[in-house]
Amino acid sequence: MADYQEILVTENPLEVEKAYAHAQAGNTGAVNIFVGTVRNKTDTRNVVNLEYEAYEGMAIKEMRKIAEEAASKWPVEKIIIHHRVGKLRVGEATVVIAVSTPHRHDSFEACRYIIDTLKKSVPIWKKEVFEDGEEWVSAHP
Amino acid sequence: MKLSVLLFGIARDIVGDRQISVDLPENENVAGLLNYLKKEYPSFNDLQSLLVAVNDTYAKSEHVLQENDEIALIPPVSGG
Repeated sequence: MADYQEILVTENPLEVEKAYAHAQAGNTGAVNIFVGTVRNKTDTRNVVNLEYEAYEGMAIKEMRKIAEEAASKWPVEKIIIHHRVGKLRVGEATVVIAVSTPHRHDSFEACRYIIDTLKKSVPIWKKEVFEDGEEWVSAHP
Repeated sequence: MKLSVLLFGIARDIVGDRQISVDLPENENVAGLLNYLKKEYPSFNDLQSLLVAVNDTYAKSEHVLQENDEIALIPPVSGG
């Protein structure tokens, strides 16, 4: 695995500080960090918690591919992608992405590319548990 | 040939198991597997999408399956 990448799927709470520290590199002038968190509402329904499940081996492989694509498009120093799985409460971090580059524009663009692509292709699923039922997100048209 | 198929998310809920074994003709492809599963479990037809991964990689419809492949059904993803 390329050492500019750090990809992790974990049941443990995510630590933004750790991702930030790991994103530091010699030629870094900007670190862009995206944190996805658990919302308390979807439309008008109150969310109790989210349950994330991953096809872990493939999820890691897909995230590596996305990091490679980002590294081919922008001059990145480091790409950190930490994704949480298991049962999460409102307000907890679901994903932390940190991208370091020499200049800020590239870090914004690369970080946005990574989260947008991750949402489309990485085999991870979330179930929203509401006060009045539960639902796999995006499963049905 | 006997294929083992891993199930996640809503696909696991529809089938009621984490893994199923299916018996298909030799040289069956991904499209054939999906047709079989959609007949067997009609609720799959209601999903936004249903893809197949073979050995950790998204596979095209015409991809031919083999007995020792690691096969997984990929319902609409919702990570992040």
